[in-house]
Amino acid sequence: MEQKQLTGSQAVLEACIAEGVDTIFGYPGGAIMPIYDALYDYKEKLNHILVRHEQGGIHAGQGFARSSGKVGVVFATSGPGATNLVTGLADAMIDSTPLVCITGQVFAHLLGTDAFQETDVINITMPVTKWNYQITDAEEIPSVLAKAFYLARSGRPGPVLIDISKNAQLQQFNYQGYTPCNHIRSYRPKPVIRKNYIDEAVALINNAKKPLVIFGQGVILGKAEKEFKKFIEKSGMPAAWTILGLSALPTDHPQNVGMLGMHGNYGPNVLTNECDVLIAVGMRFDDRVTGRLDKYAKQAKIIHLDIDPSEIDKNVKADVGVWGDCKETLPLLTLGIEQKERSEWLAVFAEYTKQENEQCIHPEMYPSTEDMTMAEVIRNVNEITEGNAIMVTDVGQHQMVTCRYAKFNESRSNITSGGLGTMGFGLPAAIGAKFGAQERTVIAVIGDGGFQMTLQELGTIMQTGIDVKIMILNNQFLGMVRQWQDMFNDKRYSFVDIASPNYVMLAKSYGIDGAKVEHRKDLVSAVKTMLEHKGSYLLEVMVGKENNVFPMVPQGCSVSEIRLK
Amino acid sequence: MNNNTDKQEYTITVYTENQVGLLNRIAIIFSRRKINVESLNTSPSEVPGIHRFTIVVEESRDVVLKVVRQIEKQVEVLKAYFNTNDEIVWQELALYKVLSEEITEKVKVERLLREFGARAVAIRKDFIVFETTGHREETNKLMKALEPYGLVEFVRSARVAIIKESAGFHEKLKDFEKREPGEEVIENEYLGKREAVFTM
Repeated sequence: MEQKQLTGSQAVLEACIAEGVDTIFGYPGGAIMPIYDALYDYKEKLNHILVRHEQGGIHAGQGFARSSGKVGVVFATSGPGATNLVTGLADAMIDSTPLVCITGQVFAHLLGTDAFQETDVINITMPVTKWNYQITDAEEIPSVLAKAFYLARSGRPGPVLIDISKNAQLQQFNYQGYTPCNHIRSYRPKPVIRKNYIDEAVALINNAKKPLVIFGQGVILGKAEKEFKKFIEKSGMPAAWTILGLSALPTDHPQNVGMLGMHGNYGPNVLTNECDVLIAVGMRFDDRVTGRLDKYAKQAKIIHLDIDPSEIDKNVKADVGVWGDCKETLPLLTLGIEQKERSEWLAVFAEYTKQENEQCIHPEMYPSTEDMTMAEVIRNVNEITEGNAIMVTDVGQHQMVTCRYAKFNESRSNITSGGLGTMGFGLPAAIGAKFGAQERTVIAVIGDGGFQMTLQELGTIMQTGIDVKIMILNNQFLGMVRQWQDMFNDKRYSFVDIASPNYVMLAKSYGIDGAKVEHRKDLVSAVKTMLEHKGSYLLEVMVGKENNVFPMVPQGCSVSEIRLK
Repeated sequence: MNNNTDKQEYTITVYTENQVGLLNRIAIIFSRRKINVESLNTSPSEVPGIHRFTIVVEESRDVVLKVVRQIEKQVEVLKAYFNTNDEIVWQELALYKVLSEEITEKVKVERLLREFGARAVAIRKDFIVFETTGHREETNKLMKALEPYGLVEFVRSARVAIIKESAGFHEKLKDFEKREPGEEVIENEYLGKREAVFTM
């Protein structure tokens, strides 16, 4: 057995290497200095990306995890370093993103004394972490980190935070080697699949006349895209997605009937209330998806597949709850269900698509107005990328438009802040996404509001030379809030009028090329220039100021009350 | 939500690892949902290294079910159950401090103790401390009885409860420790037998 003297800091980095980590996003500071000192000797093995703010660091970690399917690793110092992680932790928690965050902490003997840069990070982050733990003795580092990585990626993934006091980082101890963790007695990430609920679900599906499959990120997290495709294809069922499920099924798959929820497509929303069996796969019936719950799919039998038992019956009562990893449960269902074609039922969706096309989609994608629309920008991107790029979005109107209109061929191509709706997520997440999938084109679509929340990360792009295409869709408003004020607050535009700096000059000062497009005639070539540019590029597109995103299920309404205008 | 009507007392029993901070992890599940914890007890269980929480809340079954699932989701929680009052045997302990002078002069102390199933746990020249255990109403009765005689101080413990149906945790724990636990442990009780959930 390996036995040597290591410091706690070295043990942290050895753990990262043993877990296959190659990229770390972080920011140094007083209480994490010993780890950064050790990092100096690990520069060849661990690529540390110096971000400009810890929030940028953790969003980059999230983007990395989402594009690569690996655990994102983030380093931050104590006090403000740690508290700056909180938004990202909350975001990763609600979007089930696997992260291991390591924060420095003051010397153990100073805990609770209000020491310089001391904060109770364990208690602050408790509600927004899957697990967290404070280490004050270096001996614990290998086993606790093994547990951290195991917990972050297994079961329903999530963020884990490990707080390490400075004395533990400095402490020399007898290193016994690193043993990965694969079992914790109080933790059951993977249930045994029970035959009876598989049988019940199969029977429901086989007897269904109008089944509808709705899927979320569970399909992606479970790496079950193939299994999912086989499942829906065998029984010819229409499948609609949540925004985190987007890209698990190619956009042009004939059974892909579109997006669910508040700004989703017409057909899947209305027909949720007309299907006879609703099969939910790896999704959690978020209120943005269901609209008014007491008028949601009341006529349907509900089958709910989820790995997290606390999700089953949480918002929507399931007739059959299939608790398990969908990588395992989907093939069992596929085995049992009958081969069917449901062309009549799919034709009903097509009819709704036709209506939506006439009233919303076509006018948005090919506008006759003088102003450019966000949808036509996305259409132009689609035409060049052909659906092969990773699209990272921030939060707001541009996010809904991108999710609605961007084309995807491959899984893990849509990266957005779904559950928490974190403005400022886009730019840093795109940087992380590129590090996680360097062979792919990464396009960050961001609004003028969200971009100004985390634009400091242009500095990270400058220093690393990473290639991220940034598209700012500028409507000179905090557009989504303005839309609500327009529709529900009598157009009382309260503090949504936001000014912008000269983004192209700003990018230039960071050494990033860019351009601004104000007229339709310049759009195609500008998008082309951006995508063909070697290295990062910022393209600002001026779009119509007061365009609203439709369709829309107004808050408090049923999904079948979706409005096309 | 108009589920106030079906609110009743539920006793939640949680078996956990003994870990710093877990109390807070469990407590915030209640506070996040603005649920008041009526009583909370935590102490080592009959199994070495395993702690047992007993938490009393007044809520609807639906809310309690969801809260219990969130508790079970915590990494260091082995198992959580919830029961109505008729499914458990429960007790609370209460201590009463009265001035010796007052009580010995005016009351037949022995009769008082017998009547309320209490005992004196400290007898001093200046004060006496009585102790009794029972349900809330019973411990309240003695408090009422002592009030006229100058009850100086009163304290009541949290509820502790035994689940009538339970067969203990020893055997179950052995199963938890296995890498591939048996069906009973790994099984999702919630889905399997919805009506009889949380019987052991």
